Amino acid sequence: MRILIVEDDPVLSEGLSVGLGLSGFTADSVATLGDARAALADSAFAGVVLDVMLPDGSGLELLSEIRRGGSELPVLLLTARDQVRDRIAGLDAGADDYLGKPFDLHELAARMRAILRRAEGRAAAVLRWNGLELDPARMCGTLHGAPLSFSRREFAVLHALMERPGQILSKPALEERLYGWQEEIESNTVEVHVHHLRAKLGRGFIETVRGLGYRVAAEG
Amino acid sequence: MSLRLRLFLILALATGAIWFSAVIWIEHSTRAQVTRVLDARLAEAARMVSSLLSDRRIAMAGDGAPVAIPLDPHGDYAHQLSCQIWSLQGTLVGQSEGAPQAQLTGDHGTGYSESTVDGETWRVYTVENAALGVRVMVGDSLGVRDRLVSGVIEGLLLPMALILPLLAAALWVSLGRGLAPMHRLAEALRLRSPSDLAPLPAGPVPAEMRPMRAALDDLFARLGKAREAERDFTAFAAHELKTPLAGLRTQAQIARIAPDEATRRRALHNIERSVDRTDRLVRQLLELSAIEREGAAPERVDLALLGAEVCADLAPLAEARGVALVSEIAAGAARSLPASAFLLHAALRNLVENALQASPEGGTVRIWQSGAVLTVEDEGPGIPEALRARACERFVRGTQGGDGSGLGLAIARVAMERLGGRLELPASAGQGQRAEVHLPGA
Repeated sequence: MRILIVEDDPVLSEGLSVGLGLSGFTADSVATLGDARAALADSAFAGVVLDVMLPDGSGLELLSEIRRGGSELPVLLLTARDQVRDRIAGLDAGADDYLGKPFDLHELAARMRAILRRAEGRAAAVLRWNGLELDPARMCGTLHGAPLSFSRREFAVLHALMERPGQILSKPALEERLYGWQEEIESNTVEVHVHHLRAKLGRGFIETVRGLGYRVAAEG
Repeated sequence: MSLRLRLFLILALATGAIWFSAVIWIEHSTRAQVTRVLDARLAEAARMVSSLLSDRRIAMAGDGAPVAIPLDPHGDYAHQLSCQIWSLQGTLVGQSEGAPQAQLTGDHGTGYSESTVDGETWRVYTVENAALGVRVMVGDSLGVRDRLVSGVIEGLLLPMALILPLLAAALWVSLGRGLAPMHRLAEALRLRSPSDLAPLPAGPVPAEMRPMRAALDDLFARLGKAREAERDFTAFAAHELKTPLAGLRTQAQIARIAPDEATRRRALHNIERSVDRTDRLVRQLLELSAIEREGAAPERVDLALLGAEVCADLAPLAEARGVALVSEIAAGAARSLPASAFLLHAALRNLVENALQASPEGGTVRIWQSGAVLTVEDEGPGIPEALRARACERFVRGTQGGDGSGLGLAIARVAMERLGGRLELPASAGQGQRAEVHLPGA
C-alpha cells in the first residue's frame, strides 16, 4: 500500500514514513503543498496522510482540490489543532479521518488501514480467499487454519493481489506499490516474492497471466 | 474631595458672592436715594419756614427769647427733624421742640452742611433770610438715614437667610441628579466582568461624558486586541509544540519496535535532534515574550563586541553545521540605542542562527557593518520570493524542511521594531540571502 505523507516537520515526517513502513505501508513524504500536488499528479497512491499547517498554505486547500477533482482518494488529516470545530472543518472539507498530534503510530496505521479498506468497499479487516485469511494489521495470515508469516514485501504483494481477487496486476504496478521514491527497484524482485509466496501457499494460489501480470486463482 | 462637594462649594460660594455684591449695591443705591430725597425735604422745609417768616404772619419775638414751635410727634422719625431760627447776630429766635440747644451748624451760608451736636451727626440745610435778619436751619440726624437704609437691607437679608438653606439643599440634590450619569457609568464599569471588553452600552449620553466614554471604549478595544493577540500567540505556541511532541512520540515508538539496530539508532538520533529543536523553540518563545516586555532605558552598545558575542554564542552551531562564521564589524564602532541592547543582541543572534541553518556545509556566514546598517549574509538558497512577504510572521517556516521553528525572523523583526529600527530582507538572487538590520536614527 503506497501512502503519501505531507508533513513539513522533518523529524515527524521521517518518523511517519519509517513507522508506516514498519506497518507494511510504502510511504513517500513531501513537505509542501506544491510538492504534494506534483507527487499526486505523478504517482498512484492508495492514501494520503496530510498535515494541516504547511509552509505554503493549509492542507485543507489541497484536500478541497482533491475532492473538487472528483477523487475519492482516502485522506487522513494530521494536525496540532484538534478542537472539535477543527475536526468538523477537516471532515467537512472531505477528510476520511482525523488524528490530533501527538498520536500513536499503531493507531495511525490502524486508521489508515480502516479508511483504505472502506475505500475498497470492505468493512471486514481480514481478507479471505481460497482458505487463506490475511490480517493486514498483523501482516500475517492462516491457510486452512495453519498460521503463516510473510516478509514485508511478500505481504505487500499478496495484499495487493487479495484486495481485488481475480484482477490482474502488472509487474510495474506491483513494483510501484512495493517501492518508495528513495528505494532502488531491484530487477526480478516481484518474481522472487511470488516464488516465495507460492512456496508457502501452494503453486496454484497465484496465477501468472503471461504478458500481463499476476492474479489470485479463482476459488474452488 | 468628591466632585459633588466640589461643585456644591463652588456654586455656594459663587451664589454667596453674587448675593453679597447685590446687597452692597442695593445698600449704596438706597443710601443715595434716601440722601437725595431727605436732602430735598430738608431744603424744602427750611425754605418753607423762611417763607412763612417772610410773610410776617408769624410774629417774630422781639426780645429774642426762643420760641419753641410745638411739633406733634408722629412715628419714629418725628423727633429727628429739627428746626432752629437764629438772628444774624447769633441769638436763637426760635426752635422746634426737641431740637438741640446748640446751634445746628456753624456754617452760615445758604446750603447743606454736616455737623456734630451733642455727639450726634446732623445734616443741616440753612437758609439765610437777610430781609428778616434771620437764619433758618433745618436738620435731621444721620442716624435716622442709617436706620432707613439698614431697614431696607434687613428686609433683604432676612428672607435670604431663610432661603439660603433651602437653596443649598436644592443645589445638593440637583448636583446629585446631574452627576447621576457618572454614577451609572461607574456602576456599569464596576459590574463588568474582566473578560468583557465590549464597548459601553449605547444610550443617551451627556455631551461632557462622551470624550471619556469614547476614551474608555477605545481603551477596551485596544485591550481586546492585545488580549486576542496574546491568546492567538498562546494557541499558536501550544500547537507548534504539538508537532515536535508528535515527532518525539513517533520516533520513541519506532525505537521501541524497530526490527533492526540501524532503524533504532536512527530513531534515537532523531529523538535527540527533536529535543534540541523543541528546546530551541521554547527558548525562542521565551525570548519573544522577553522582547515584548523589555524596558526602554537607552543604552550604548559596542557593535564589534556585540558581533563577537553573537559569534561566540553560535560557534558550536556553526561548527556542527560545518559553516564558517565571521564578524567583520570594525573595532570601536559604538552606537547609542534608545532601548536595551538586549533587543539588538536578540535580533542579530536570531538572524545569524537562521543564516547558519540555511547555509550549505562549507559555506560562510558573514556579519558586517556599514553606517547604521548591520548585515548578515549566508550562502544558502535564499528566501523564495513567494515566501518573502510572510517570512517575518510567526511560525512561517522555509520550504526546505529545515530545522527552523519559524520564530527566528519574527523575533528579529519584533526586536527591531521595539528598538525603533527595522529589519529588511532584500530579494535574493538565488545565491545567498542578506538580512539587514537598520539601527534607529538612520
